[in-house]
Amino acid sequence: MADWLKILGKEDSADTAKERLKLVLIHDRTNLNARVLDEMKDELIEVISRHVAIDAAEVQITMKHEGREQRLICDIPVLPK
Amino acid sequence: MAARIITITSGKGGVGKTTATANIGVGLAEMGKKVTCIDSDIGLRNLDVVLGLENRIVYDLVDVIEGHCRVNQAMIRDKRFENLFLIPAAQTREKNSVTPAEMVNLCESIREEMDFILIDSPAGIEGGFKNAIAPADEAIVVTNPDVSAVRDADRIIGLIEAAEKGPARLILNRINPEMIKRGDMMEAGDVLELLAIKLLGVVPDDEHVLISTNKGQPVVLNQKSRAGQAFRNIAARITGSEVPFLDMSQKDDFMTRLSKVFGKEG
Ligand SMILES: Nc1ncnc2c1ncn2[C@@H]1O[C@H](COP(=O)(O)OP(=O)(O)O)[C@@H](O)[C@H]1O
Ligand SMILES: [Mg+2]
Repeated sequence: MADWLKILGKEDSADTAKERLKLVLIHDRTNLNARVLDEMKDELIEVISRHVAIDAAEVQITMKHEGREQRLICDIPVLPK
Repeated sequence: MAARIITITSGKGGVGKTTATANIGVGLAEMGKKVTCIDSDIGLRNLDVVLGLENRIVYDLVDVIEGHCRVNQAMIRDKRFENLFLIPAAQTREKNSVTPAEMVNLCESIREEMDFILIDSPAGIEGGFKNAIAPADEAIVVTNPDVSAVRDADRIIGLIEAAEKGPARLILNRINPEMIKRGDMMEAGDVLELLAIKLLGVVPDDEHVLISTNKGQPVVLNQKSRAGQAFRNIAARITGSEVPFLDMSQKDDFMTRLSKVFGKEG
């Protein structure tokens, strides 16, 4: 039943609840939200660019969780010299 | 003998802490364990009525702490199980009439005589919760499969860890297999993944809970109720027995598996 609803584009409300909670819990546990993450990304780009040339457009900063531990992952492509 | 002190808490109100405390207490007592349940919800006492012991209260938790009586004078012995006791909360006092250190002293004073001390925590993350968690060796978090209850459970799990009382174990209460099947209720696997803690038990939403609370006879005594079976399983798991869990990785034949687990083999 859930499957044909999905085909019709109607998502299970349980899935919606889970996705929403994932984001809420990251914020509750760390006090980080999308805006703060963006700010941090800009600042990191600035600091790192002072030392090495990087591909600023490709910099990614993501939040991962292992169990109840949150981990910030930064992926910063360095340009060849 | 020295009791294990277990605090039952949740963050959010109305999710089933008191129901769980009463049923686990009776379940453990049925297994022959010596159990004291302490209602730490000062001003909003309820464990007495859920256990059906409200008419026998003379002294309460605050009376003991303030030295108006000895601890055993405030311990109401259940007539159905001579090894089950309740220390009721004070109904007409403030939450801050008790401190965490006083709760620790109270529990330590009866620890040697008991197998288990169960503390029913008030809702919230403030003083009442701190009183309830202070004496604990272990914590059980009760939640429901809804966004606010799970979010509050996550907060309380963090506080339990910060108080070095973790890892807490989870009771997911009031699940509705039909709604899970339709995709309209998170299942245990979803909630466990979000909260990243161990499962102690899953309790279905069951009208027998209200009926038995009406009568002051915890549902765990009802052999026909599925919630009662779930609480018997939880009590058994607390004593270390390996009672199989529902495998809810697939929604489809959830009912089949549910009936298996809540059936006779339990
Ligand atoms: N598994 C269940 N099925 C049906 N009703 C339940 C269940 N668990 C709890 N309830 C009901 O929910 C209400 C709140 O439960 P209670 O144990 O008082 O919550 P809390 O102590 O967390 O505030 C009560 O009316 C209780 O009977
Ligand atoms: Mg309660």
